[in-house]
Amino acid sequence: MPKRTDIHKILIIGSGPIVIGQACEFDYSGTQACKALKKEGFEIVLVNSNPATIMTDPQVADRTYIEPLNISFLEKIIEKEKPDALLPTLGGQTALNLARALAKSSFLQKHGVSLLGASLSAIEKAEDRELFKKAMQEIGLQVPHSFTVKSLAEAYRALNHLNFPLVIRPSYTLGGMGGSIVYNSQEFSEYLQWGFNQSPVHEVLVEESVLGWKEFELEVMRDKADNVIIVCSIENFDPMGVHTGDSITIAPQQTLSDKEYQVLREAAKKIIRKIGVETGGSNIQFAVHPETGKMVVIEMNPRVSRSSALASKATGFPIAKIAALLAVGYTLPEIQNDITLKTPACFEPVLDYVVTKIPRFNFEKFPLTPQVLTTQMKSVGEVMAIGRTFKESLGKALQSLEVSVPSFCDLSKNQIKEQLNIPSHKRIWLIYEAFRKGVSVEEVAHLSKIDPWFLYHVEECVGLENVIAHHKICRDWKDIFAHSDSAPRERHSRSLPAVRTRRKNTSQSFSNFVSLLKQAKQWGFSDAHVAKLCHQSPQDIESLRICENIQPVYKVIDTCAGEFESYTPYLYSTYDDEDESKISSKEKVVIIGSGPNRIGQGIEFDYCCVHAVMALKGMGYETIMINCNPETVSTDYDTADKLYFEPLTFEHVLPILKLENPCGVIVQLGGQTPLKLAQEIERAGFKILGTTVATIMSCENREFFSSIVEELGLRQPQHETATSKEQACDAAEKLAFPLVVRPSFVLGGQSMEIIYDMDNMKRYLSVAFEGSSDNPLLLDRYIENATEVDVDVLCDGKDVYIAGVLEHVEEAGVHSGDSSCSLPGFSLSESKIKKLEEQATAIAKKLQICGLMNIQFALLSDSIYVLEVNPRASRTIPFIAKVTGLPLVKIATELMMGRPLSLRGVPWATRESIPFFAVKRSVFPFIKYPHEDCILGPQMKSTGEIMAIEKSFPMAFAKAAQAVDSPLPSEGAVFISVKNEDKSQAFEVAAELLKLGFSITATRGTCEYFKSKGLHSVASINKVLEGRPHIVDALKSRALHLVINTTKGEQALRDSFDIRRCSLELNIPYFTTISAGLCAVQAIQAMKQRDFEIFCLQDLHTLTY
Amino acid sequence: MATSEAFLFLEDGTLIHGKSCGARGTSVGELVFNTSMSGYQEILTDPSYYGQIITMTFPHIGNYGTSPLDDESDKVWAKGLVVKDMCEKPRLRATLSLPSYLANNNTVAISGIDTRKLTRKLRSQGSLKAVITTESTNSKNLFKILEKEPPMLGRNLSFDVSCKKHYRIENKQAQWRIVAIDFGIKKSILKYLKERGCEIHVVPAWSTAEEILSLHPQALFLSNGPGDPAAVTTAIETIRNLVGTMPIFGICLGHQLLCLALGATTYKLKFGHRGANHPVLNPAKNSVEITTHNHGFAVNHPGASKSEGSHEVSIQNLNDHTLEGIYDPKNFLLSIQYHPESSPGPLDSLYLFDKFVEMMRGFHK
Repeated sequence: MPKRTDIHKILIIGSGPIVIGQACEFDYSGTQACKALKKEGFEIVLVNSNPATIMTDPQVADRTYIEPLNISFLEKIIEKEKPDALLPTLGGQTALNLARALAKSSFLQKHGVSLLGASLSAIEKAEDRELFKKAMQEIGLQVPHSFTVKSLAEAYRALNHLNFPLVIRPSYTLGGMGGSIVYNSQEFSEYLQWGFNQSPVHEVLVEESVLGWKEFELEVMRDKADNVIIVCSIENFDPMGVHTGDSITIAPQQTLSDKEYQVLREAAKKIIRKIGVETGGSNIQFAVHPETGKMVVIEMNPRVSRSSALASKATGFPIAKIAALLAVGYTLPEIQNDITLKTPACFEPVLDYVVTKIPRFNFEKFPLTPQVLTTQMKSVGEVMAIGRTFKESLGKALQSLEVSVPSFCDLSKNQIKEQLNIPSHKRIWLIYEAFRKGVSVEEVAHLSKIDPWFLYHVEECVGLENVIAHHKICRDWKDIFAHSDSAPRERHSRSLPAVRTRRKNTSQSFSNFVSLLKQAKQWGFSDAHVAKLCHQSPQDIESLRICENIQPVYKVIDTCAGEFESYTPYLYSTYDDEDESKISSKEKVVIIGSGPNRIGQGIEFDYCCVHAVMALKGMGYETIMINCNPETVSTDYDTADKLYFEPLTFEHVLPILKLENPCGVIVQLGGQTPLKLAQEIERAGFKILGTTVATIMSCENREFFSSIVEELGLRQPQHETATSKEQACDAAEKLAFPLVVRPSFVLGGQSMEIIYDMDNMKRYLSVAFEGSSDNPLLLDRYIENATEVDVDVLCDGKDVYIAGVLEHVEEAGVHSGDSSCSLPGFSLSESKIKKLEEQATAIAKKLQICGLMNIQFALLSDSIYVLEVNPRASRTIPFIAKVTGLPLVKIATELMMGRPLSLRGVPWATRESIPFFAVKRSVFPFIKYPHEDCILGPQMKSTGEIMAIEKSFPMAFAKAAQAVDSPLPSEGAVFISVKNEDKSQAFEVAAELLKLGFSITATRGTCEYFKSKGLHSVASINKVLEGRPHIVDALKSRALHLVINTTKGEQALRDSFDIRRCSLELNIPYFTTISAGLCAVQAIQAMKQRDFEIFCLQDLHTLTY
Repeated sequence: MATSEAFLFLEDGTLIHGKSCGARGTSVGELVFNTSMSGYQEILTDPSYYGQIITMTFPHIGNYGTSPLDDESDKVWAKGLVVKDMCEKPRLRATLSLPSYLANNNTVAISGIDTRKLTRKLRSQGSLKAVITTESTNSKNLFKILEKEPPMLGRNLSFDVSCKKHYRIENKQAQWRIVAIDFGIKKSILKYLKERGCEIHVVPAWSTAEEILSLHPQALFLSNGPGDPAAVTTAIETIRNLVGTMPIFGICLGHQLLCLALGATTYKLKFGHRGANHPVLNPAKNSVEITTHNHGFAVNHPGASKSEGSHEVSIQNLNDHTLEGIYDPKNFLLSIQYHPESSPGPLDSLYLFDKFVEMMRGFHK
């Protein structure tokens, strides 16, 4: 059955901004699908509000709309583009829900748009808990005992028929949003309403929990000829009760016998057929009772998912690409396996390695949130690691996380046991400690409900730790390594002392230690880990390893366990015998990726890395990607010429560099992760392309940086550096409050705070500062009420190109990753822009930047302050590239490869070439962290961003509100409560809103101020502490439609916490800075006068490069 | 030699050091690889592996221990097992750990081997003869052992694994009385036949047509089994005499023997098909089944059956386009190269047992 000829134009919906539960895996799947379908000759219309994606690059689809993902915009786009079909299964839950709504209202039918992949009935059967349960029962499969309820009354009736603990699962949500585990009726009442609120259809499933059962997932594919294959099985390390996105997971499944596995496989086949997913992939989750083996079906996603991205990377089988081809009519046997090139895609991949995924959390940014894992996902990213054995892959995955290993050595055996049954992101390390303290596998298994098979491996690793730590050689180390105590030496000479050692040391205990070292490496121990055990330096372990020839080999991921030859160089390291890497004689460049997504380092950096690959390919280089994030486009084996799926630690990067011997390494595009490796890579004798390591390091050096700023005659906020607590306090007194304080070398404003007085300074020092000269504390005078501007530049060391001048909406002090911004600026004068450009140019030239650089400025009246310089790609690069149409990273890569800017002029983006405004706005995960304040500050908290384009700034701002699913009201009541400094501006806001027909409610102080200024119709309302009915009551009764609330000082912050939290939970738009409030009012005004337009990226761009 | 040591020695002279994880001793056989990720116990007890040392491509073997439910015959028939990592601890529900089970079955096994390297070697060089030993590292001795081992080509092994005399599997709900020739039959095949209403008379591999006919069967089943099909000449003769007298259903070796009886030829595959993920196109349904394979020989493609007026449909492997089965409704013949009973593997092809019953119904209506 060849492809369909009745459709020509296909609409693909992306998944929007990165949020918890929906991350860049959908950029990976969407990009794959767009590429595959375009190649088949279809015209692709793409809608996605997220500019930091590869899929929204103008070359990926034919018609790209970076527009809000809601019904009204989609309807406009469909009316304009008139696609023949809509493919809804690649953009996560967002796309699926939108497609369902469009189909349900008959809009698609009316416009002759057919649904590909999943029909309306399939979507409903899979997503509607009641229909799903019924469908499962019809095919004889069991589901947990449950009731679907639409009201509190129904829920309490259901309670009579169910036993605690129960799981509350809202319908049609992603990432288990709104889900809870409840153990008693009080908790039940508490969490039920929360669940209802989170479900777009106000429906929840109340289900008897299968807590502690083993959890499995199967990735299933089906074509229209009814061929069904299982691409991959995934086993959760953590038992049921932890969202699979938050679980450590292992592929393939390890603990089921074949007969047990076939029961799941048969069930999966039946389910995909029963639900009626005609073509494409689905993810099905099962729970299996650890003792009886009884199996129940938990849920099914009739679309590609985070798990399918993981399964694709784990197997080498590109699920999204195949799903797209199946959707347009191909069948599985008609599609070739990319890797073997001989066999068809209709088969089930077999693995000869083990894959471990570990989620990455950012709890440190949300200190009030209990660090307990539940059915509602909280992780912000993940790493995947591949090893020949579970031990190796687990060890590599833990190393990939880039987190400091939590220590539990102070806990007693009993304390550890008490904690083992609490699922947490640190539990894996707790388990290691439990074994160190002598807890048995049986006990750990009993407490944690983790399958003993996994635990045995961990226990064996701990056993090996013990043997190594007590090895005789550790006491006589000095004799062996005569030079081990010498100062740091050149890396290539490190092996020398050990070589000498080997000649003289042939003792039994030495060779015994060498074999232990080999075993440790095979079991996934890092050099640093072994070094710590025997109290030596990692370099000594490395030297010993190298002269004893204990080195990693590289094996290929080939979908078939070696049965057929493979042609795709997708590799992983392992300490086994045979090396399969084939090294070409071409000139090569290594690009180091950005590792797991985390707040502050997300998809933007993957975008940059992928662009570098494309640029380098175009220039004729062989591209080599190293990364460990399975969600990304960069780890698609189709992206770079060669992919090494490895932890981004120096230990894992170095052997690849040695093997490949590239002409250079790119570190400035992947955020902090590769930058951290730059020095060591250079020391090892490899060339860092672009801006030199010295410059990179100097930008973090305050003294040096200040001297440069001074030399150039520029200003920066008064500042001090402190290496001790006393010094810090002295510096604070000297500078005077308010201050911005932060440790050096941070990303995303980690531990960064604005401090207003000495008490808080002391509190900060006691929790956030260790005091060391390696990582000093930086104190800057905080410039209040300043406008912040981001300037991104390209530089070849001589010439500078200003890529973009972005004006922030929120004042300086709100982390640049969290504030909204506009390109072009909405209030900056031409002369000011010129000044900023001049200063940026001077800095770039002075620093001899080669590639990209980002500078943050603060503007206060006529003064310009340099806040920060980042000698690397920033998170605004994809946004600017989307606005201007210029491939900034591509140009930067060319610069790094030695091609000067002047050689091929880059057209300047001017007001004429950008005849519109683009607003970037961030999205926040606060809803997942119920105890956190949602006020913005210097610590970055957002997970993703959207872009909104309109002809005027106010309209763009209004559209941005739509895109973050918090549309501005055009009528109703507005609540205003502001700090004193903001009152005069708040007056403007209030007066304008009244003119626009809104009513205003304010807290007493603000209200009196307004009245004194002549706004008599403003109503007053109680603060929460002033007695009821108060502001939160009004919010809850939905009497207010917009909240503008600015605060200062801890007391005021505490008092207004509930206002922000309640607005967030009820999805009432709220602004916590007056500057954003002003923009909102302008936006409402504009919105009332005209309708939103839609813009196709390919029509907008006038610049070409 | 240390008590836990073991060596794997290949006929190309490669000597690989590993760890013993089964019985002690020395064993020789044809080294083959299997890509199934689960089902090691079924594989080890499948008589078709007689004469072979199996290397599993999946690195962790023994994860869920062993259970009598997973036995495909009364003992381990494989000559040895080669793995990357052996799980020594049985899970709660297991009867025995795999190493203990292997030891009880007197089967040598070696772990700590780069099985991917081995697999790639077999892929490029073809199946090799190999020895696993916990006793000697003297390559001269090991070569001698290898030399004594005859090549797989031309070897009739089914007589070694067959039942020695006729027995009957009772079935109170029996609707059909069939004869199954035991060339190394798997328990699950008998189970699926019984479930479909067959009373099964299992007869030795060397049974003659007369002996079979004397049991008055309504159909004949030809089982799987080890070795070179072309070497089982008596059985080919028996089958030739029975074609046309009743419906015949063959699996694996049974398929090859039926095709040989019909005049086709067989050949040895370079490294065979062993795994649970092979796509097979069923032309009748125009759909693909994911199937379990275990065969080192295959039937030559064109005209597997040359009998007059055959209405044969041939079934193809989508990976390498080898013949995976024939169906001749007119002559009531159905033979399948792969394993519809799977065990281990996907259950996509169980319907073939129904098809056999359907054939019987058609023949006897």
